[in-house]
Amino acid sequence: MMVYKSILRVSSKLLIPPILLFALYVQFHGDFGPGGGFQAGVIFASAFILYALIFGIDTARRVVTGWAVRLLLAGGALLYSGVGVAGLVLGGNYLNYSVLADDALVGQHLGIFLVEFGVGSVVAAAMITIFFTFAGYRNSPGESLPEESGPEED
Amino acid sequence: MIHYVLLIFMAVVALGLARQRNLFAVVILFGIYSFTAALLYVVMDAVDVAFTEAAVGAGISTVLMVATLALTSTEEKPATWRVCPLLVVTLTGAVLIYGTLDMPRYGDPSAPIHQHVAPHYIEKSAAEVGPPNIVTSVLASYRGYDTLGEVIVIFTAAAGVLVLLGRYRPKKRRVPSRKDQAVARKTTTRKAAARKASSP
Repeated sequence: MMVYKSILRVSSKLLIPPILLFALYVQFHGDFGPGGGFQAGVIFASAFILYALIFGIDTARRVVTGWAVRLLLAGGALLYSGVGVAGLVLGGNYLNYSVLADDALVGQHLGIFLVEFGVGSVVAAAMITIFFTFAGYRNSPGESLPEESGPEED
Repeated sequence: MIHYVLLIFMAVVALGLARQRNLFAVVILFGIYSFTAALLYVVMDAVDVAFTEAAVGAGISTVLMVATLALTSTEEKPATWRVCPLLVVTLTGAVLIYGTLDMPRYGDPSAPIHQHVAPHYIEKSAAEVGPPNIVTSVLASYRGYDTLGEVIVIFTAAAGVLVLLGRYRPKKRRVPSRKDQAVARKTTTRKAAARKASSP
């Protein structure tokens, strides 16, 4: 999965920063317009998938290493459920954001912000993980047969 | 009017999907189908749903399916005509169409869905939750528990892929291990033995 076309390379380099920026816009502007964590996560992941399609999976993996993606995956889920637990600790119901701050509306705003951020990071990490695993499956050494890896002696 | 144009286009794409044997073309047609569905949602004023459909259905799903095609073949096996599946599909489709006959008209204010909690969300969400986008209030706050479930589903999907298809190991470690070399030697000697046996 690697393309040596200079037009594709240059245009993808031009496209990737706006895609990332648009993902952040969708993430943090979801309160006011269409959008939110799900859409933002998918758009964010699509930037890395485009990079992987043009520059190869191995190069892309050096940009987003496996542990970083897994941290994002687990961290997002923990952030979401952690906000719920914080509501419990502060004396409300699970996932009740009103108790997160002194003012109920401020608490709701903070809660929605954190929860949407958790959703975004889980979705982005999941999409990157699934694509990289599927597309890079043939590259893994577990796939290669013993006959190929050993030198032919005769 | 535009509804009918989009719906007819979706039906045409669906027919093309059913007839197409090349899986690559099928994946692209699925993307077109999803994108038309997104357009339909925009026409119906459900911009959040349209956004999700365009990003997930038309965008990421297509890319993931193309990545999956790299692991399988790109041609479908020739289809065989069987009566029983055709009967089941026709019957299910007929039942589904019969079910839609009972549905309230699109946009009907007296429909059950507009009588339950929707008025409360529309009237009170600005005072109770805050964001001007009611969809965000419903998804993240009123229905936060459901969204948590969705997030856990996605998390589980990615974890499952990681567990099943294995974590990535860098190419550097592709140097054959001692065990691999031993296996290779054994197979080459077996091959040589077989060659010796076959040539008198």
